[in-house]
Amino acid sequence: MALLEIRDLHLGMRSFEGEAHVLNGIHLTVERGEIWGIVGETGCGKSLTGLSISRLVSTPPGRYITGSISLEGRNLLTASEPEMQSLRGRRIGMIFQDPTTNLNPAFRVGEQIVDVALHAGGLDPSILGVGAKASRSERKKAARNLAIDMLAKVGIPKAGERIDDYPHQFSGGMRQRVLIAMALIGRPDLLIADEPTTALDVSVQAQILRLLYDLVQEHQLGVLLITHNLGVVAQICTHVAVMYAGNIIESGSVREVFKNPNHPYTTGLLASVPTAKMKRGELQGLPGSVPNLLAPPPGCRFAPRCAAVQPRCTAAIPPSVAVAAHHEVACVLAEPHASAAA
Amino acid sequence: MLTYILRRIVLIIPVLIGLSLLVFAIARLLPGDPIQLAAGPNASPAEIADLAREFGLDKPLPVQYWNYVTGLVTGDWGQSIFTRRAVAEDLKVYLPATLELVFTAMFLAILIGIPAGLTAAVYRNRWPDYMSRVVSLGAISMPRFFLGLLLQIGFAMWLGWLPLGGRFPLTEDPPAFVTGFLTIDSLISGDLRAFGITLQYLALPAFAMCLSPLATITRMMRASTIEILQQDYVLTERALGLSSRLILFKYVLRNAMSATLTVIGLYVGWLLGGTVLVETVFDWPGLGLYATKAIVTQDFMPVIGVTIVIGGIFIISNLIVDLLYGILNPKVRYE
Amino acid sequence: MTTLAEKVPASATSSRWENARRGFYRFRNSWLSIAGLLIVLVLFIIAVIGPSIVPYPEHVAGSVSTATRFQPPSALHWFGTNELGQDVFSLVVAGSQISLLAGLAVVAVGALVGTLVGAVAGYFGGWTDEVLMRLADLKLTVPSLILAMAVAAALGPGILNMVIAISISWWPGYARLVRGEVIAKKEEMFVQAARALGAGTGRILRRHILPNILTPVIIKMSLDMGFAILTVASLGFIGIGVKPPTPEWGSLLSIARTYMPDYWWTAVFPGSAIFLAVFGFNLLGDGLRDVFDPKARR
Repeated sequence: MALLEIRDLHLGMRSFEGEAHVLNGIHLTVERGEIWGIVGETGCGKSLTGLSISRLVSTPPGRYITGSISLEGRNLLTASEPEMQSLRGRRIGMIFQDPTTNLNPAFRVGEQIVDVALHAGGLDPSILGVGAKASRSERKKAARNLAIDMLAKVGIPKAGERIDDYPHQFSGGMRQRVLIAMALIGRPDLLIADEPTTALDVSVQAQILRLLYDLVQEHQLGVLLITHNLGVVAQICTHVAVMYAGNIIESGSVREVFKNPNHPYTTGLLASVPTAKMKRGELQGLPGSVPNLLAPPPGCRFAPRCAAVQPRCTAAIPPSVAVAAHHEVACVLAEPHASAAA
Repeated sequence: MLTYILRRIVLIIPVLIGLSLLVFAIARLLPGDPIQLAAGPNASPAEIADLAREFGLDKPLPVQYWNYVTGLVTGDWGQSIFTRRAVAEDLKVYLPATLELVFTAMFLAILIGIPAGLTAAVYRNRWPDYMSRVVSLGAISMPRFFLGLLLQIGFAMWLGWLPLGGRFPLTEDPPAFVTGFLTIDSLISGDLRAFGITLQYLALPAFAMCLSPLATITRMMRASTIEILQQDYVLTERALGLSSRLILFKYVLRNAMSATLTVIGLYVGWLLGGTVLVETVFDWPGLGLYATKAIVTQDFMPVIGVTIVIGGIFIISNLIVDLLYGILNPKVRYE
Repeated sequence: MTTLAEKVPASATSSRWENARRGFYRFRNSWLSIAGLLIVLVLFIIAVIGPSIVPYPEHVAGSVSTATRFQPPSALHWFGTNELGQDVFSLVVAGSQISLLAGLAVVAVGALVGTLVGAVAGYFGGWTDEVLMRLADLKLTVPSLILAMAVAAALGPGILNMVIAISISWWPGYARLVRGEVIAKKEEMFVQAARALGAGTGRILRRHILPNILTPVIIKMSLDMGFAILTVASLGFIGIGVKPPTPEWGSLLSIARTYMPDYWWTAVFPGSAIFLAVFGFNLLGDGLRDVFDPKARR
């Protein structure tokens, strides 16, 4: 059974102007040990996909229209809130973009990690390594020791002392390490990392990515790495899903997709990444901008910006088709008869 | 932390000097001749001059100020022109009465306001929130003297449950004077009966007084809680499975409190100046009533004394708030 | 964190218009704000036409009719009569004029002085700013009601004296507000541009900065109106400021206090009038702030 399986997920989001269709039929399957890069422009719905898995999108204004999200066969969209809470921090770990705002400034970092550890330990006593009947103070002590171990593991020097420091006493990279420790202390199976390195210095970015990669290898986690940085995807991901305006338009193994991009948007996205080999003026951007999701264009949402647009693009959203093993594309150009005609 | 406290304390000295200068200037620059008033309409110029000399009012203003400030420091706060009583002695009696009233009102306001604000924030834009908004605005709009009057009609005159006014009945023996706070003094002397009586007398004026800080604390607490609830770290805490109760009462509360704390500090000073009305209605023998009597007779020294005491407490309560703020916001402390 | 794509406004003007439109929408949707607006409108109408339609204008002018003392509310005297046999309804209606006028005057003087001080402090900065703002800070430590009482007592009775006495405590709030706004606006493009084009200090302040800080000042004024009316009534209640026979709500209440609880109507109606007026302005001010201050909105 797949670790995570998202089927035809549709999410509406109400605002002052009306309801926007922000997720428009997401399909995604993540297995243990796979690192999925979710890429796309700001507002394409990649963060909302991540939040939906933990059911952290407030409803209203959000509204799940159809679809399912299953964690090892259990549908999360129909789960009760207490049930969801028992999964968060325990089965599903999350890391967010800005380490400066994601730690509560009024509390010592240890306090926050210990609370997460106690939460996870309450669900699975083996995490704390104490008996189920252990007293509160014993469990607290165990949680604290575990927190120190975890902080040491994510590379915080003198973790035993630093656990009693406040977030502002840490640098940005160190704070992100603390947040990673917090996300992983409950031994989750699935890790959702939403732009975990975007707010960091380039040199620190590499360290954090390396750390994440090692931890994932060690624990055989399934990972959703949400990012707009294709370089990051190329470095550590096994798979990639390219999102555009609420749809996954191309997905598959990183090697396949990057080598043979089929969707014009993916091609454009890859062309917009500067490389050292490029000549002056060769760098390309995509013309146009993201469509208004309150009144999306008919059919393929990328059609208005697409260089290879055809009349039938506006008829219906093209279905995903497999163009190779581990490689699916949602574009009329990829449909068999289209390639036959070409 | 210690240097932080020391620095804050040193910083209030110029403020205190400024306060004394400002109050003194206002008192002396106002029209009206208190000596003339005190001496009576039939006084001869010589009698007036004598009286002026007695109170040091014949000297140039800077000298008068200097004498006044040195007096303030040494505990001689001048005397009332009318009663000839030392202002410092009067203040020793009236200040605890007013503080007792203000603290009780503040205690009530915090006790009700913080949970009320938290509730309104959690149920934002639903009926508990609307209710709290209407009630808060109503409470701010209610003139304290009118509310006091209504309370008197209802609870003292019609129902007869609580006394109409005053602080302690003349027919009973008050507890021995230790702090001047009747609640504390009666507890110290173990006199539970006196304690009960004290509370009965406190109830109505304290309630009349607590409504506007209660409303402000509720609104402030609501606003800051809503702001905190939208912070990234709350999302992280939720995403990692912490229960909403733990998040709200531990992680959000401490952050939201720090903004509300500032309001509480400001309000202690503001209430001290605003006791006048409630003390008038309930005949509460405190600073406000004392100041009102002095103002009507244009008696300088008590008015200056009261103003400086209230200003001083305002400054000190702000200092305490700053220090507490430092405890709640570790970042402030270290900078 | 990315949420949903926001519509990009075509230009700054249209975005401002859009904001105003949304604000108006929100204001209209909040029945509390509408209720506040209605109360305030009714109050203004009563204040303007009230004195000419009251049933007993001679009582407003100060004449007494001891034969009809302490009549309970009736068809003849809606709010009953007081210890001098005067019609309480006539007095309360006439009192609206004084309360409103005094409240407006206090807020206007406070706003004017505060805006000037704040604008000067914010624009020039340096030691001017330092001195003015420290003075404003100091002013906050002095209990405003006691100060107003002392000043009013020294100046003697009268509406004008009372307004002066209260306004003395009123400016620092505006000074702080305006200073903050001026400092923020000073750095903005259009002011920098005007300066580069050679506009003088006075012109920049007058033409470019002050119009832009008008909105927050007006919101603060509407929020302050209720409190100003309350302060006026408080001084009247203590017996400093306006003196009878001028029918001021606070002093009506203060006299009525002596006749509690038997002649409750002499106190309840003036008191309720104060409450309603203050409540109306507070509802209105609160609604306006919600509309215009994006931070308080949420």
